[in-house]
Amino acid sequence: MAEVTLLGFWPSPFVYRVIWALKLKGVEYEYVEEDVVYNKSDRLLEYNPVHKKVPVLVHAGKPIAESAVILEYIEETWPHNPLLPKDPHQRALARFWTKFGEDKSIALCTFFITEGEEQVKATKEAQENLRILEEHGLGNKKFFGGDEIGMADFEFGWLNLWLPVMEQIAGVKVMEAESFPRLHAWIQRFKELPTIKQNLPDHSAMLTYFKDRRAFFLASAKS
Amino acid sequence: MSGETVELLGHWASPSALRVKWTLKLKEIEYEYVEEDLANKSPLHLEYNPVHKKIPVLVHGGKPLAESLVILEYLDETWKRNPILPDDPYERAQARFWARFVDDKCAPSILSAFTKKGEEKEKAGKEARENLKILESGLGKKQFFGGESIGFVDIAAGWIGLWARMVEEIADVNIIDTETMPLLDAWFRRVLQVPILKECLPPQDRLLEHNKGFYKNLTGGSS
Repeated sequence: MAEVTLLGFWPSPFVYRVIWALKLKGVEYEYVEEDVVYNKSDRLLEYNPVHKKVPVLVHAGKPIAESAVILEYIEETWPHNPLLPKDPHQRALARFWTKFGEDKSIALCTFFITEGEEQVKATKEAQENLRILEEHGLGNKKFFGGDEIGMADFEFGWLNLWLPVMEQIAGVKVMEAESFPRLHAWIQRFKELPTIKQNLPDHSAMLTYFKDRRAFFLASAKS
Repeated sequence: MSGETVELLGHWASPSALRVKWTLKLKEIEYEYVEEDLANKSPLHLEYNPVHKKIPVLVHGGKPLAESLVILEYLDETWKRNPILPDDPYERAQARFWARFVDDKCAPSILSAFTKKGEEKEKAGKEARENLKILESGLGKKQFFGGESIGFVDIAAGWIGLWARMVEEIADVNIIDTETMPLLDAWFRRVLQVPILKECLPPQDRLLEHNKGFYKNLTGGSS
């Protein structure tokens, strides 16, 4: 068995955060695709009995679950090319914004699984949170992490590809460039980084997958 | 840096603020406590936590931080005395995992059991008990989550020992099942007897009245 294994699911932005962290630090790992929707493996259930979700990082046989916890572990185990700044206050801010991203993920994505009035409301709520993120989280920095990317940039990395895919399928523009110029500028910088550019899921496969997911959610909401 | 003033903006009945108080006490950090009237937030508070407008807020050398678990990590990194996180990265990952589990799963289900009625309340109570049973698996046969002495998870989860019993009394729903979770039940009693933690607890009769008041407002009266 490889020293480092990542159990993942190809369309998951949580999994990609871990991939980006491992790639940034040049950590060799074996990637194992899990069919989390229809057929979770015994291995996944054994390694993450509490949540039964991916990503799970397995290092020397020991499993770690929850993407933010995994990122902290990666940072401590392979400290080069750091994901967190040295200054404790700045580190705390990075953690704060990472948590903000986690706490607001439902609010940011509900527009995708709703329609009509509900979707209008959900879009507004998403925009309010993006407003807070742009003003207080990113501000005038180059990246969330400052001059270099870090943990918080990975937390919001899904805005660069997952969000546009979801917007296209749901037929609604949530993050207009004119309304969120700093976030848009950040996205342009983020996706040009080799670590990110070379590690993104296939765009057309994403469109197919998410189209399917929206149909599923809308149908479940009706039943 | 650790010589600069430390202020904690909190509320006497808040479990999140209690976590920070416990950590400040454990690490023998001198601080000034500022009680926030949550119905009437001070300009200071709104300035320091514009994002969430919630307590606790830790202000160190004029720089504010919010989110109790983020604050705990900051305190541990800045004041090395009596560390609350272990040294080993894997053990640290486990501690972070369980602390989040308390916030993401245990707390919401306990709150649900407190605020819902009838069948929904019973369902929420069941979920709360299941989550606590899972939390027990993180404790195992240890004295504390931190091992021989209290650590990150003890501080993150200890409040449940007091608040869950209040929910049980006020809302008439079982949260801590002494039969199905004997190890966790024993830990609840043990952890709240630790002198440093015990001396910071809010006065219990006052807390009971406070939560009874909440209950009346949220549910309109009896269960």
